[in-house]
Parts: sequence; structure tokens; C-alpha cells
Amino acid sequence: MPASPLTEAISVAIESDVLVIGGGLAGLTSALAAAREGADVRLVAAKQSTLRNASGLVDVLGYTADGEGPLVDPYDAIPNLPADHPYRTVGVDTVRKAMALFDEVTPRYRGGHTDANALLPTHGGTVKPTARYPAGVSDGIASDGRDALLVGIESMTDFDAPHVAAHLTAAGVPFDVRGVTIQFPGDLRADAAITRYAKLLDTNGTVTADGRECPVRAALADRVAAEHDGEPRIGFPAILGDDDPAEIRAALAERLDAAVFEVPMGPPSLPGLRLEDSLFAALDEAGVSIATGNPVVGYDGDGRVEQVYVEKNGARIPNSADQYVLATGGLVGKGIDSDRERVYEPVFDCHVAHADDRYDWFDREPFGNHDFARFGVHTDGDLRPVDGDDSVEFDNVRAAGSVLGGYDFAAEKSGSGVSIATGYAAGRSAARRAR
Amino acid sequence: MSDASQPDADDEFPIDVFDDDPDFDLRPGSDSCYKCSTCDTNCPVAEVDDDFPGPKFQGPEQWRLKQRDDEHTVDASVMDCSNCMRCDEACPADVPLSQMHNAARGEYVDGMSKLSVTYWRNRLLANYRTSAFLASKAPRLANAAMNFGPARWLLEKTMGITSEREFPAFATETFREWWTRRGGADGSRRRAQERRAARGDPRDADKKVAYFHGCYANYNTTAVGKAMVRVFEQFGYEVVVPEQKCSGTPMFANGMLEDARRHAEVNVSSMADLVDQGYDAIASCTSCSMALRQEYPELFDIEGVDEVAAHTFEAVEYLRVHEDLRGALADAEIDGALAEEFAYHAPCHARNQGLERQAVELFRELDGVGVTDVGDSCSGISGTYGWKAEKYDTSMAIGDEMFDHMEAAEGQTGMTECPTCAMQMEHGTGYEVRHPLELLDAALVA
Repeated sequence: MPASPLTEAISVAIESDVLVIGGGLAGLTSALAAAREGADVRLVAAKQSTLRNASGLVDVLGYTADGEGPLVDPYDAIPNLPADHPYRTVGVDTVRKAMALFDEVTPRYRGGHTDANALLPTHGGTVKPTARYPAGVSDGIASDGRDALLVGIESMTDFDAPHVAAHLTAAGVPFDVRGVTIQFPGDLRADAAITRYAKLLDTNGTVTADGRECPVRAALADRVAAEHDGEPRIGFPAILGDDDPAEIRAALAERLDAAVFEVPMGPPSLPGLRLEDSLFAALDEAGVSIATGNPVVGYDGDGRVEQVYVEKNGARIPNSADQYVLATGGLVGKGIDSDRERVYEPVFDCHVAHADDRYDWFDREPFGNHDFARFGVHTDGDLRPVDGDDSVEFDNVRAAGSVLGGYDFAAEKSGSGVSIATGYAAGRSAARRAR
Repeated sequence: MSDASQPDADDEFPIDVFDDDPDFDLRPGSDSCYKCSTCDTNCPVAEVDDDFPGPKFQGPEQWRLKQRDDEHTVDASVMDCSNCMRCDEACPADVPLSQMHNAARGEYVDGMSKLSVTYWRNRLLANYRTSAFLASKAPRLANAAMNFGPARWLLEKTMGITSEREFPAFATETFREWWTRRGGADGSRRRAQERRAARGDPRDADKKVAYFHGCYANYNTTAVGKAMVRVFEQFGYEVVVPEQKCSGTPMFANGMLEDARRHAEVNVSSMADLVDQGYDAIASCTSCSMALRQEYPELFDIEGVDEVAAHTFEAVEYLRVHEDLRGALADAEIDGALAEEFAYHAPCHARNQGLERQAVELFRELDGVGVTDVGDSCSGISGTYGWKAEKYDTSMAIGDEMFDHMEAAEGQTGMTECPTCAMQMEHGTGYEVRHPLELLDAALVA
């Protein structure tokens, strides 16, 4: 549909104290933080939450801005980050409080018992420093000395178990690890969606394997048992159920007499989906109203946003609030966009600093120091976006998550933590300022 | 950067390398797909059916295959897509998946033998309005005949229409008959003016809506249509009920695009005239509003189609935007027959319009009722899909999760905006199912 308005604006707006724009980790956290402060909160997102594209690992800081690491204690390193880094804006204490809120609403997560990073194997065979992780991956921790068997599924090309095992060995993990590939029991198509595997395991559906009918969990365990050589822990790609993964892991563990863990996968990812479910449930409980599927396309106001417009098939529906949180994502999520002339923030057209010549936006080395990785809005100490002269653009708009500039989440392994910390700070501050 | 790779400033960008296609151009959508597979994880059919390749294949991949190879025809599996359209909202790259599916399905059906039983079965199901129109002439007889055991057995054996389901009951008085009996548009204007006076609205306030009731509220669940009229009049709106045909939803789902176009032309033409006069189009069925808002402009080039799309709303959504519905409900209370605990299911087509949480959020503070969301699973019936004998088991497997959640929720009454989801909810649990408008009617009018 064209973005141009076909209708005059509707006069009465949907109202709330705080309006959060964006349904990712930053938006959800800020809506939750604002609601916890007692504000009436509404969240609008252009699309379904993109959390299902996240691995489900929640990092705070794995490497410094100069690439040093993996870091043992992310909180120790925060005060030494560059001054315009979002963590410096909100401060270490806020990061801690934000992580405590995250822990409170995600009972299936682990890692909150310590400040130190855990090292988790990834589906590429690397080891990632991360602050929080789903309970289901905890038996896979790379600093654990127990030997491990990794089980890949034939046709699931995102997880080549022998390759992952070889990579982990090359990375110097302190245990023996071996990878095998099995045929998933049942007659699943080669490109079956991950939700197909999860659903089958959730319902423990009957499959025909090796000429007999059998519940899928038992059939899967039996296929693995044939390859199992007494390793005390067995890792699977993260497909072990959506509704109650703990029950599925327990069933497999019992039959295999070994601990069972999942290795987080690329998008679309079940750990991401499960995280999305936990956070939406927390928002529900906090009384947040949510509408997804339609983008915010414009606003009224000067120096202060009066209302924004949500577009639905050409109709512009006004949503008004006292305070706004911009959590629309970065370059990938389209919260920051670019054309041949400039880099911009599409909702409020907040200032995004960038070189005039677009050939200066990137480095010629693929893994070089790219400017674009740090593109985003810059803010005052209260997360309000500022223009090129460091003046606050809108009195009542705060920004959170990867729409913020000044950090390279992919290199630092700080994406989730920055979203949670700035989301928390923006939501809390917005609620306190709301009338 | 070397000079050689610098674009010449005199070149026009972007360069147009493809001919202009007079049909809607699906190439940009196909090119936008970066294969993240999020759509596949949203597909309720791919979750249970091992023969279904999922929306990513049905949409961008199949479209691309067809560009390269004249021999490649649309794969038969496109008929297993239930047209729930969940993939649309899921796609982070704005690939118009359902538009691609509708186009592919239309092409596949075009190539189907017009002598096959499946074709005529699908055509019969898709043209529900025609059957319903005939049945409404003798509703009691139709109700008896349609659920007569031997007849249903025969219908399954010869036409492939499952005998597992009970046909919906036809109302003895259609909504339109009731509407006429009640004084039609003139009566509505009078009542709206009285209400405006009582509410303190200006007498000539510009509050006019055109009701798209669809087939189901006209022939079957007339209580929904009546509730819509009463609730809108209560807020001072004049209602008109223009000439209309089927929204086309069952026709899209069966690839009968020409049938759908014929109906869409009537609907757009009558709604466009009213939109010109300041009316907004209101639907109580979320699949009808979906068709007018999204499928028409995506599939048909009809004069006024974009204006009608921009002026179409689901009924409760419209009131939520234009009226202080929350305030009105805060002062209201439900007692009597509808003072219930409801198990609410959000239809996929409501989800796609961003309405999936509307009912639960709206009734959260209404005294006398409780509404529990039974989760994000699809009901599985998808209109005519679950009526096909060969699709019945898939339909029920998809619905299983919803049935379980309904039974786990408090109360024994269901709630949803979609008439066929309601049919499935009733079929799977035996619950009676209500529409949010009926609850609004009970809270604010009755």
C-alpha cells in the first residue's frame, strides 16, 4: 500500500500516558518498565515482534569497543566504554536494575546469579560470552569439563554437528566433543519449519520409525542412543519444543541417561520465540495494551510530539500520549534507514550523524571498522534524541535499543543488554514524566 | 573506492531493467525476501502437515521459479494453503505473501479441469452466498435437509464435503429483512438523531457508517448484525446497509478470482459512492474487513478501491478510534445471559489487521464478564478449508491447541469476531460462541 494518506486524519486519538513504538526487546522492556511505574501504556509495532529472529541468548557486553575480550565481567568494563556509548548514558546501576527486571519476568532464564559472563557454544561452533541464557542451554556451557555429544539432524543445514564439534575443539574447549548426524524420526519434509519439529515434540506425536509406530520423543532418543558413547551430556539444535521444552529435555535425558541441552540457532529461532512469549505474557500481566501489524508513519508537534499516526491500509489512525518511546530498531529493523543521500530515522526524522559522502559510511575491509555499524540517534542523559547541536529534539521522546547510535552491538556482543538497559531507562523515565 | 566503480552522476537511478508489466508487479516483493523463514514459523498448516512446503515456497520462491522456466506450473500444494494470511504480518521485509499466494492459487485453479468434482466442490463452497441465499428462502427446510444424515453421507462421497461438521443454521428472518422491518436507513437516521440529542452531540454531527454485514451475519448469525446496528446508533451513528455481495474471502481461498472480482466490483462500487458522501465502511466479520482493506487493492484494479480500503474498519475498532469506548464500558455492567466467562480466540484475519488483542483489552474492565485469550493458535477451519473432506483432519489438528486452551480457560462460552472460527470453536468444544458486538450491545444498549 502507498504510504501517502488517502484520508483526512481521524479526529479522536487513541490515548495513553506512554506510547512505545516498536515490539523488540527494547520496546517490550520499556513498556514493561513504564507500566511497572504505574503508567497507562500502549505499545504499537509495525510487524510481529522480531524476537523470533534472536538466538535467545541475552548478552550484556562480550567485548570492549576496541575488541578486547571475551570479557569476564561486563559491568566492570562499562565505565571504560566511549562516552557516547548508550551504557555510559544510562550508567552501570541502571544496567543492573534493568537486568533484574528481565530476570523477574523470565523464569526460564539463568545466569542472574553472577556478574560474570557465561561462555555458550553457538550453532557455528564458536563460543559466545553472554550474561543470560535459557535454562535449556545451560548444560552446554563451554567452561564445563564434561564431554559432549552433539546431534545434528539430516537436512537441517543450519546445524552441522560434526563441523560444530570440530570448531569447538579448535576453539580449545576443555572437553572432548563429537558430532553425529541422524535422521529425525518420522516422515518430515526436508525443509520442515522448526515449528513442525517443535509441535511434534510438544504433542509427543506418533511417528513411524524403523518400521514401527512410536511416540516421537522415544523414537528420537532411540536414534541418538545408537550413536551415544557414554558422553555425560548431549546437545541438540534448539528445536526441542515450544510450549514446555523442559519436559521434552527431561524425557530425552531419562531415556538417554545423559544431560540434554539445546544449542541456540539462527533465525527463525525457538528460544527467541519462547522469549517473545514470556515477555508478552509479562506485558499482559502489567496491563499494557498492544497493537502490532501497522507502522507509525508520521506525527504532529513541534518540539513536543502531540500525536503519531498509525497507518492501516491507507487510513491514518492517531495515537496520542504524553510521553513517547522510540524503539524501532536499527538498520536491520528499519528504525534507521538510508538512501543514496543520507541516513535518517523515519518516524520523527531525528538527527542521525553520518559522513556526507556515502563511500565513507563503510570500511573497505569486510571486518573493518564500519561507520554504519554505529549509526543511530544520539541522546541527552535522559535518552532524548538530540540534533547536530546537541539540543533536545522533542521534549517527550526517548529512544531505546538499536535505534541508538554510538555502539556496534555485533562486535561488542551487547545488543540485548543495550536494548534492555535503555528500554528500562526510557520506559521508567517516560512514566515518571507522564502527567 | 576506485573511480571505475563510482556511479556516473549522469545515470538515472535506479535503472529500470524490466519492462513495465500491466498486471500487479510481484517482482519487488519477491526480491525483498531474504529467506529468514519467519513466515514458515507462522504458518499453521506447515506446523502440522508434512506435505506442505510453507509460505516462503508458495510465494517468492515459486514466483521466481516460474520466471526462469516456462515449463514450471504452479504446484498443487498451493491449494493446501488456508489463506490465513499470518505470513503477511510476520514478514519483516514486507513481502506481499498472501497476494502472491492468491495470484498463484488463481493461476493454478485456472489450469484445473473445469469438469473435476473438486473444482465444482470448491466453487460451491466458495459461493456460499448463493447457497445461503437459496436456503434463506426456506430456512427451516434447509436446516433440516442440510444436516440430514444420508444426504450428508452422499455429499461427502460425491462432492468431498466432510460429513463431520454440522451445517450452520439459517435464520428464519435474515438481517436485511429485519433491517427493512425496522425502518431501514430512515429509521436509523431518526434513532441516531435522538441519541445524538441525548448525548449532547450536535444534531447534524457527521456520524454516518455503511454496514458491510457479509453473508454470515445476514443469513446465519443475524444477532451480530442487529447488535452492530444498535451499538452504532447508541453512539449516534446513522447506519445504512448498501447493496452488497460476498466479500470474496472464500473465493480467494479457493482461487476463484473471477468470481471474487465480480462480487468485489459490486461491493466497491456501492461503498465508493457512500465514501464519497462521507460514510465509512464497517464490517463485523474480520475476514470481510480484510478483503475490502487488503485483498481488493492487492488483486483488483477497480475504480475507488483504494479509497474504500482506506475507509473500511472493523466495527469495534472503529468505535475504539472514534468514541470513548473505554469510558463507556467503565461505567457499564453486564448481567443476565451474557454475564459469562468467555474464552476468546483471535481470528487470523483480525491478527493481520492488528486487532488480535482488542476484545481482551477492551473488556478487561467491564464488570460482570471475564475474557481470557486462548492464545495465538489458528482455529484451523479457515473458512471453506475445514469443510473439505480431505482437509478435515489437518483442520482439526491445527485447531487442537485452541480446543485445549478453550477447555483450560474458565467458563464454557467462546468469543470471536470470525463466523467460521466460531463454527470451529463450537465444533471442537460444544461451546456457544458470541461476537464482541453482542457483548457491547448487552453492556451499552440492552
